[in-house]
Amino acid sequence: MAVERASERLVELLTRDDAVQEQWVTAVSATLGGRISRAELERELSELYQSLVQALDKGGLDWRDEAYSEVRALLVELSRARARHGFTPTETAVSVFACKDVLEPTEDSTAEDVKAYLQLTRLLDSLGMFTIEAYARTREEIISAQAEQLLELSTPVVKLWEGVVAVPLVGTLDSARTQVVMEKLLQSLVDSESEHAIIDITGVPAVDTEVAQHLLKTVVAARLMGAECTISGIRPQIAQTLVALGVQFGDIVTKATLQDALRHVLQLSGAQAPLGGSR
Amino acid sequence: MSDRVPVLKLGQVLLVSIQVDLEDQIVLDLQDDLAERIVATGATGVVIDITALEIVDSFVGRMLANTAAISRMLDAETVVVGMRPAVAITLVELGLSLGGVRTALTLEKGLALLERDRTARTGRP
Repeated sequence: MAVERASERLVELLTRDDAVQEQWVTAVSATLGGRISRAELERELSELYQSLVQALDKGGLDWRDEAYSEVRALLVELSRARARHGFTPTETAVSVFACKDVLEPTEDSTAEDVKAYLQLTRLLDSLGMFTIEAYARTREEIISAQAEQLLELSTPVVKLWEGVVAVPLVGTLDSARTQVVMEKLLQSLVDSESEHAIIDITGVPAVDTEVAQHLLKTVVAARLMGAECTISGIRPQIAQTLVALGVQFGDIVTKATLQDALRHVLQLSGAQAPLGGSR
Repeated sequence: MSDRVPVLKLGQVLLVSIQVDLEDQIVLDLQDDLAERIVATGATGVVIDITALEIVDSFVGRMLANTAAISRMLDAETVVVGMRPAVAITLVELGLSLGGVRTALTLEKGLALLERDRTARTGRP
């Protein structure tokens, strides 16, 4: 069988002498510019090398074959590590492709060797693509995890006073974020049994009709639950834009600064604690 | 006909605590019961506790508004208490703002609200 012959020959070529693995490591470390220690690289590649030889030994040159499951697992692990450390896709794939350079046929190679080498190239190409895919998947996971973290980070609900909570909004508001803000605010109203909430939009760079709509919804939802919302931190330009857009906040109390809003809320709640007093 | 929501009397206030999934018939029965009880007891306030409700559809939302209107006609103020965040968001998305219904976070705050109201109206504690 041609395939079996080819893979047998490849095993011979790969295990000809220790230099193969050595050259492979050297070729890879040259492109990585010393960002990974040689020892670590040697460990990674020798595992990969061994499992590759084993897979070839078992026969078959199809990378989707059962025999290659360990090779694939190692490659996934390798590309994950590369993606986490901020290497480029090229720098990741070179770990696989460098193996080709090492085994490149010379002038005195037999025709059989060349044929076997071509088979190997095909196999390594597929494995290289597989590596890139794993790399991209990891990158996407990182991005979505970061987006989620950002969402969490940017919406703290702080307790300002007994019965008063505030949400300082920072950054651009979109539907997804507003939804999170709304849920968190409402939940914290329940948890802390606060009757007043202040939404501070000092850190929101622009307010359009959509954002205003979201704010209104939040206020109405809080009212349904029995709490009053005050909106503060409306900057002059934003007030102008809102008026130009024809947005009306109706009977919702709006204040220029968080300080004004807090004072207003404390007055409403009967100011159980004196302002600037002993407490 | 087994499921009926009990209407409890607590001083001058009628307390309705909804613990079951609201089917349309239960809602209609409750409205009848409540109106009758308000007249029978001469209550000045109604507290509807929906803490246990996880889902409120537009029908129930309208019922709450209707009940509030009916009670007001019978000289009793209605307070809806304990609405969950998810329920509030749903109602807002449905475009129901329950105009005319007063709300409070907890049963305690709801009762306090009614008490304050009654004091303000009668001018004596």
